[in-house]
Amino acid sequence: MATRQTRLLAHAATAPSTLVLFLWMIVPLAMTIWFSLLRYSLLDPGNESFIGLLNYEYFLTDPAFFTAMFNTLKLVGGVLLISVVGGTLLALLLDQPFWGRGIVRLMVIAPFFVMPTVSALIWKNLLMHPVQGLFAWIASIFGLQPIDWFAEAPLTAIVLIVAWQWLPFATLILLTAIQSLDEEQKEAAEMDGTPPLPFFFYIVLPHLARPITVVILIETIFLLNVFAEILVTTGGGPGNLTTNIPFLVYAQALLQFDVGGASAGGIVAVVLANIVAFFLVRMIGRNLEA
Amino acid sequence: MARAHSVQRKTATTVACWLVGLVIFFPILWMAITSFKTELEAVNIPPSFLAFDWTIENYEIVQERSNYLRFVGNSILLAVGSTLVGLLFAIPAAWAMAFAPGKRTKDLLLWMLSTKMMPPVGALIPIYLLFRDFGLLDSRGGLIAVLFLLNLPILIWMLFTYFKEIPGEILEAARMDGATLWREIVYVLTPMAIPGIASTVLLNIILAWNEAFWTLNLTTSDAAPLTVFIASYSSPEGLFWAKLSAASTLAIAPILVLGWFSQKQLVRGLTFGAVK
Repeated sequence: MATRQTRLLAHAATAPSTLVLFLWMIVPLAMTIWFSLLRYSLLDPGNESFIGLLNYEYFLTDPAFFTAMFNTLKLVGGVLLISVVGGTLLALLLDQPFWGRGIVRLMVIAPFFVMPTVSALIWKNLLMHPVQGLFAWIASIFGLQPIDWFAEAPLTAIVLIVAWQWLPFATLILLTAIQSLDEEQKEAAEMDGTPPLPFFFYIVLPHLARPITVVILIETIFLLNVFAEILVTTGGGPGNLTTNIPFLVYAQALLQFDVGGASAGGIVAVVLANIVAFFLVRMIGRNLEA
Repeated sequence: MARAHSVQRKTATTVACWLVGLVIFFPILWMAITSFKTELEAVNIPPSFLAFDWTIENYEIVQERSNYLRFVGNSILLAVGSTLVGLLFAIPAAWAMAFAPGKRTKDLLLWMLSTKMMPPVGALIPIYLLFRDFGLLDSRGGLIAVLFLLNLPILIWMLFTYFKEIPGEILEAARMDGATLWREIVYVLTPMAIPGIASTVLLNIILAWNEAFWTLNLTTSDAAPLTVFIASYSSPEGLFWAKLSAASTLAIAPILVLGWFSQKQLVRGLTFGAVK
């Protein structure tokens, strides 16, 4: 039984965290909303004026916004497709008994721990360089024309780099989930002589539905914010072919000094992320009760 | 054993799994190998995989030319510092939520998690301007504060799930014996929770070490950690593959080791307990 005193102490113990997180969330958000309603340029300080929703109008009717929006969707969608499908297949494979499980598991999970700037630059140079990269050399062995990744398919290149970082995450989580599948259920299916495909579609996949949803939601939240990989490889280019929403906001604020416009963009990003967060928080909440 | 597999099948699976594992790990391996080549050798086509003159000159040059150790120091300071500050806030909060839950504890916990889902670009501009006005740009203190706030929800959440597993009766017994809250936390709870706290710390250090949005936007040199140092290799004149590889290998090696130790906690921490 929690006494009155304990209850007070509990409040005192949670208060500092609650307070700093509240400030961390509400102060920048309120300021961003306020800036988004101003004509506010860092090049013209002291001359801010209230212009209502004009920044949103500019931002949302700017062709660059639509390009950035589509790039964001392609990036998120592409990485999700590769990491979830690949992760499921890998998890199924790694769940089989084989020699050296521990080591293989370590190798598969490793890319997730590589900092974004490292993976982006290693891929861009050592692997994807059109002349001296390893991929170009492999292509030449097979007599193929090497792909100049960052000129011909810059967004695809970034999708591949980011997917390499997130495939291990999906694999690890789905592998954990598969291993929690009831051993007896597996044995029963085996004794009934269930062929592999129905076994996968009727037993494994339903069991994985929830973890897959969790992977999709969590990855989406992180993938909506991809930034460093773009900054160090393409700088958003060529043109704006690899500019996503975070990069567009960054460029508008810190490269073009348009605080008002960039803030409007930031708010758009917050709204997008909240749609995903809404579903994720509901799923986590449901699990908390169980 | 109903699921006994033939040796052939196991051999085939082993080959397949090792192939897949090596392919996924290859970029890291290739980077490590390249770091021991000369610059000339590093861009040579056809590339040599093992038969080249191994050298450690890149590691020496990286340190000499750019004071590499300062960036390492910053990375360590930021990761460890933000984690320690975080623990100071998170341990009491997680304790209260796990052992003295109220009606709104669950909502509070979920709300805290939801702050983690806020996109950084929504806060970039005000934080940048506030940092500029308070002279915090490129300062270690400012960045520690940001990393601390960024990861506080995950700290609280993970500690909460670990504390939940500790039987409450033990704490009640301590309370009956007249232990104060402070003593209860320090002498009873903390020792029992050490494994959980350790894994939480590990994951938090990894996340802070690799954080590459705020570090890139809020630091330039003095407070810059390794993420920023490596990013400086993106400029065309900085394209020295062997040195890039050497700097990168050093930058990820410690975290790779920590990461391998904390795989299980990773699932727990990053899915917020939604997958067990």
